Amino acid sequence: MYRIMKKEVLSDVVKLMEIEAPHVARKAQAGQFVIVRIDEFGERIPLTIADFNREAGTITIIFQELGKSTIQLGKLNVGDTISSFAGPLGHPTEVKNYGTVVCMGGGVGVAPIYPIARALKEAGNTVISIIGARNKELLFWEEKMRAVSDELVVCTDDGSHGRKSLVTEPLKELLENRDKKVSHVWAIGPAVMMKFVTLTTKPYDVPTTVSLNTIMIDGTGMCGGCRVLLEDGAQFVCVDGPEFNGHKVNWDSLLSRLSFYKDEEKKAMEHYAHKCRLESAAAKGEK
Amino acid sequence: MTDMTTQQRMKIKRHEMPNQDQVVRRGNYTEVALGYSEETAKAEAERCLQCKDPKCISGCPVGVMIPQFIKALREGDMVKAVEWMKVKNNLPAICGRVCPQEVQCEGNCILGKKGEAVAIGRLERFVGDYELAHRTCPLVKAADTGKKIAVVGSGPAGLTCAVDLAREGHKVTLYESLHGPGGVLVYGIPEFRLPKAVVHGEISYAVDCLCIDLKTDHVIGRSFTLDELLAENDAVFLGTGAGLPSFMRIPGINLNGVMSANEFLTRVNLMKAYQFPDYDTPVRIGKKVAVIGAGNVAMDAVRCSKRLLSLQTGQGEAPGEAHIVYRRSKDEVPARKEEVHHAEEEGVIFNFLTNPVEIIGNEKGAVTGLKCIKMQLGEPDKSGRRQPVPVEGSEFVMEVDTVIMALGTNPNPIVFVDAEGLDRTKHGTAVADTETGRTKKKRVWAGGDVVTGAATVISAMGAGKRAAADMNAFLKGERTWE
Repeated sequence: MYRIMKKEVLSDVVKLMEIEAPHVARKAQAGQFVIVRIDEFGERIPLTIADFNREAGTITIIFQELGKSTIQLGKLNVGDTISSFAGPLGHPTEVKNYGTVVCMGGGVGVAPIYPIARALKEAGNTVISIIGARNKELLFWEEKMRAVSDELVVCTDDGSHGRKSLVTEPLKELLENRDKKVSHVWAIGPAVMMKFVTLTTKPYDVPTTVSLNTIMIDGTGMCGGCRVLLEDGAQFVCVDGPEFNGHKVNWDSLLSRLSFYKDEEKKAMEHYAHKCRLESAAAKGEK
Repeated sequence: MTDMTTQQRMKIKRHEMPNQDQVVRRGNYTEVALGYSEETAKAEAERCLQCKDPKCISGCPVGVMIPQFIKALREGDMVKAVEWMKVKNNLPAICGRVCPQEVQCEGNCILGKKGEAVAIGRLERFVGDYELAHRTCPLVKAADTGKKIAVVGSGPAGLTCAVDLAREGHKVTLYESLHGPGGVLVYGIPEFRLPKAVVHGEISYAVDCLCIDLKTDHVIGRSFTLDELLAENDAVFLGTGAGLPSFMRIPGINLNGVMSANEFLTRVNLMKAYQFPDYDTPVRIGKKVAVIGAGNVAMDAVRCSKRLLSLQTGQGEAPGEAHIVYRRSKDEVPARKEEVHHAEEEGVIFNFLTNPVEIIGNEKGAVTGLKCIKMQLGEPDKSGRRQPVPVEGSEFVMEVDTVIMALGTNPNPIVFVDAEGLDRTKHGTAVADTETGRTKKKRVWAGGDVVTGAATVISAMGAGKRAAADMNAFLKGERTWE
């Protein structure tokens, strides 16, 4: 059992938790992920590591409440425990001095891009960060990102905060600006956002690393459910990734595979909502 | 009855084991084979001739003292039968269910030369189940030796090794990457063939009795490297299995609805997808499933499919079809005979001499068909089996919603991360001595599928046992590494 040591509500649907898991914290590095299973009935879900504290033995995860498991996780509080917490999994980000790098976080993707930006900054890079969300309410960690970036651009789809644009617009301007000499781009966020980032950087031939979050079960190379089609064949996100050269990813195949269990996800939500209603009715009955 | 003559014993017919009804069981996940009653077990035990030179023992990878336990069983001394069993086998309720006895103990039984072998596997299961229910023989830990051992992987090899070493008085830490112990026994083999209560019963009993420190959620190669384990322990055993699935190199493998048998079985068995949405993990297979391959894993996958199809079918609807697609003929099928027989009884459709060449999908990226070519048997190949060759122009398309690939697995490479000196073959398996399990890296032993590639539960247990014996001798200073 792994204890929740801290909980922060970053927005209506985005939550942060620090989990006590010394066996993960001792080795965790930027770019890696963990597999979380809430209880005996739970599924195994992959979550990218947002931060880690080796001394305290904790891992920070940030998640958006999208389906049954993340909504259930979001209801837990400090002191509660979760059943399984395995990691660190996948390869860490290859951190070195590239020169000028752009770190892009879309939506909840701001969480995993943060330790990468920090590590790249520490390695001597000039870090330009672009973060974005649908609206102001969904944005978080702006100040943390500013602290590890030489420049920070904030965008929202609706213009409720920062610049009203998609994250690809300021990216394109940076790539156009020859003085900036962008040598590498990292992008983490929804698959569609990462797809368009790679389409934006492709004409400029700027290497672009994306971090994929596919359907996964074990997270250790056993099931192959996470496989992604690259130009040169299929690879497993869990053991070959999660970071890949975004220019080689077959995005249409990826997006199609991500949607495979949509109906079941809906059914799981309905079942959970029904169960919650029964429980709360029972609790009221007891009072 | 124990004063029968050999002739009398030889006249007794082998006793069938009752099975769950073949139609009823298609719609549930409870165990198919129901086990002997005490009466039947004793009657079957009477068939054993108590050979002076028992060939059955040499057919068993862990050398179970078969005539001895059978004798005690037929004399009605169950405590003694369990004791004899546990001399060599700590997990009889598991072995009795999943061993390929026909090619091991029973394959060597003298009665099998002219008639039918003693049903050793069924008797082993009976003794194992008796022990699970009565706990007559607590495993005893010898006095603390002060030695520390790390065992990586809690499947058949690691579990056997951990138990044997703990009994010798060593302090054993057992690492498992998944959320519960058992390895392939829980993620691979289905409930209806090996109930998880049996697996958990055997494991928790051994772990508690022998004070084994079980650490789940620990991925060795990530949380800790092999070298870090070596720094903390006197010896390390690697029993990490062969969990990496293979996919055919044909077009369409990334379509929705194409799965490895590992993914399918893990969803169904470990994550209990057959109880979705009470359990969170779903599995979707549509109405028609093709399983490619004909080994034990393929049989498990196709029989699970058959059950899922029945469970999801409404009243009056046709339950869908589950197919085996295999490029060789029935004679070459590598699965246990009993599994094939059970699959046939349950209505699985076998397509022999049929080789997939392409998976066909629709505009949404979902599987709609499996294009195959008919095969015929040609000259024998290196394995001695007749080589299947394509029949020109015989391509056809099977309409299917799901394609499950059960084509064998390879060792997972994660454990080899930062493990300098641990040599691997070109197939990705660890190089280790077959007798002792010693690898090329000092103080590291390995056994089971990580060394042999995908094999059987009992051969992995045998390897775990041989390694434990050598590790024990090394730790006690009776043998040196060089």
